[in-house]
Amino acid sequence: MKIAIASGKGGTGKTTISTNLALSMASDHRVLLADMDVEEPDSALFIKGNHLEERIVTRDIPVWDSDRCTLCGECQEICNFNAVVRIASQIMIFPNLCHSCYACSELCRDEALPMKPSRIGVITRSEQGNLTFVEGRIDIGQEQAVPLIKSVGEYIESIADKDTVVIMDSPPGSSCPVMEVVGQSDFVILVTEPTPFGLNDLQIAVETVRKLGKPFGVIINRSTLGNSAVADYCRAERIRVIASIPNSLNIARIYSAGGLSCGMDPDMSREIGKVKAFIKLIS
Amino acid sequence: MKEIVVISGKGGTGKTSVAASFALLAGKSAIVADCDVDAADMHLLLSPDRAERHKFLSGTVAVVDNGSCTGCMECQAICRFDAVTEKGGFAIIDPVKCEGCGYCSRVCPENAISNIPDLAGKWYISSIRTGSTMVHAKLGIGADNSGKLVARVKNEARKIAEEQGKELIIVDGSPGIGCPVISSLSGASYVVLVTEPSLSALHDLIRVVELTRNFSIPMGAVINKYDINREITAQIEVFLREANIPLLSRMEWNEEFVHSIVAGRTIAESENTTLSGVIRECWENVLQQNDITVKV
Amino acid sequence: MNILFTAKGKEWDSPMDPRFGRAMYLLVYNTVSDKMDVIDNSAVDEEAHGAGTKTSSVVAGIAPDIIITGNGPGGNAASVLAATGVKLYTGAGEMKVEEAYNAWKNNLLEEFKF
Repeated sequence: MKIAIASGKGGTGKTTISTNLALSMASDHRVLLADMDVEEPDSALFIKGNHLEERIVTRDIPVWDSDRCTLCGECQEICNFNAVVRIASQIMIFPNLCHSCYACSELCRDEALPMKPSRIGVITRSEQGNLTFVEGRIDIGQEQAVPLIKSVGEYIESIADKDTVVIMDSPPGSSCPVMEVVGQSDFVILVTEPTPFGLNDLQIAVETVRKLGKPFGVIINRSTLGNSAVADYCRAERIRVIASIPNSLNIARIYSAGGLSCGMDPDMSREIGKVKAFIKLIS
Repeated sequence: MKEIVVISGKGGTGKTSVAASFALLAGKSAIVADCDVDAADMHLLLSPDRAERHKFLSGTVAVVDNGSCTGCMECQAICRFDAVTEKGGFAIIDPVKCEGCGYCSRVCPENAISNIPDLAGKWYISSIRTGSTMVHAKLGIGADNSGKLVARVKNEARKIAEEQGKELIIVDGSPGIGCPVISSLSGASYVVLVTEPSLSALHDLIRVVELTRNFSIPMGAVINKYDINREITAQIEVFLREANIPLLSRMEWNEEFVHSIVAGRTIAESENTTLSGVIRECWENVLQQNDITVKV
Repeated sequence: MNILFTAKGKEWDSPMDPRFGRAMYLLVYNTVSDKMDVIDNSAVDEEAHGAGTKTSSVVAGIAPDIIITGNGPGGNAASVLAATGVKLYTGAGEMKVEEAYNAWKNNLLEEFKF
């Protein structure tokens, strides 16, 4: 069972919920928590496990073979991403613009653009009891998150058995990287807040998840702040509200210092308990 | 022309609320641009009328002409994005998975595949309740070009400011530290960093400061909810001091913050005078830092 | 000598376009023949990514001796231009084309370090 924790906007409590849920479920279950917010992974601030593995992630980029090349320039014309440029005496390749589509390489009549692996980031794995923690982190200067997220997904496939509950902390928003994480999941939990911003962003997130045809539910964080518009929207749209975590300075303080509030805060413990029960129900 | 950009690194620190308050306080003297195109929220506080609507086309997506497709599936064999499937003897391309590389259209022996411009979102020019003009946008679901849409929004805002003879643009910047925030920063005259005292916010703050420094743009900082963790607030203040970034304002945690948003008002309009006072003072500091005198 | 300007229009009194990659027009002035060629580069706006490399490959094809622009090229475009050996001057983004030309002649523009 793979569960994506996502939200339309940042700062709604995605990471708080992923980390608390993962650690709490790990008390009696095998759990894998994956931080797939590869541009800004920060779950590691909350999980302290034994470091077990680090794996370099690459993707294939064409490399110019000047001996074979006849400078015909067709590669520049083929590339839809402006990643290949021919100037008078050479072909230049821009890995940041390249989408690894292979077109220039496979259509080159001189076989002068072989594809070679190029580093884009790193996956790390650590363990704390029943909990395996996997983090994808993109290298500074790399602009495309999707290939790395795909690799993290494949890595999870290779190490998690069927009984493991996989919790994936998704990036915020509704762009490609989010679609990639949600696409890999079996169920999506959308985290929101009961404010006009929270509602607006939840509606966009719901649109995204529906487009991918994934089953989903909602957690309302800081539920005692703001108004009832989010709850009303969920009722009207027949969306299940799995838990409502009340606003609490205590939870905010524990989070701010990099702590986990489940087990320390009664409200958080109770609501995370509801999420656990729900996951067991759908597994 | 001065361009003031509000950014935060981490989401949920109050960036949009601060930017919308600045927009309100600047009134008619400033053009407003919402560059948080992935999760645009500023419109909820400024009541734009979306008088002008434009399509945002970016990149291409492949489509198959069933009339010529023979179902040879050559396209499926070469596609690296798993975007092609077969149905009823024809190739079908999933527009969400297609990255628009055009490889399939080149190998198709029947020339049955064309590349059409991809509708990646919409952008608007609106009148807002301050009597000024706002440029804002909505990125399409699963689109990957927020950086370019951000650039479009900013360019339009600059054009309008020039036409209307306005000296000031207030920008709600993109979250994170990636490509969209780089677009938000390009051409900025001053950056306001909104942060909060948590380890993750501090972590992201350090990264956006590094980024902003690369563009040599002067900065000022706002610490929101500073009383949630005074220890980390102190750490942030040390970081700011060492980085030579002036602290524009510290705002305490205040439930009225949320109440004013729920009522569709900026915090500058809050009935709670402590809250509205702090943000007004913060705006005065921004103006002072930039040597701007605003006639409202 | 050929001098290339990034501009928002086609004339000597058109405003310069401060952007390199997404410049609307590329104006090429030949100092010997005193002729100005106009290249419409506005189609670059349709490019999702890589406007900088696209424009710089067009510029590489023209092979000017000098480029005068506003903000300077981004990283990708800069590496293409560096490989062509062209000299590039920045800081003319707020001027008209003619003013930019005069500013360059009077050594008032900054040379871009590739």
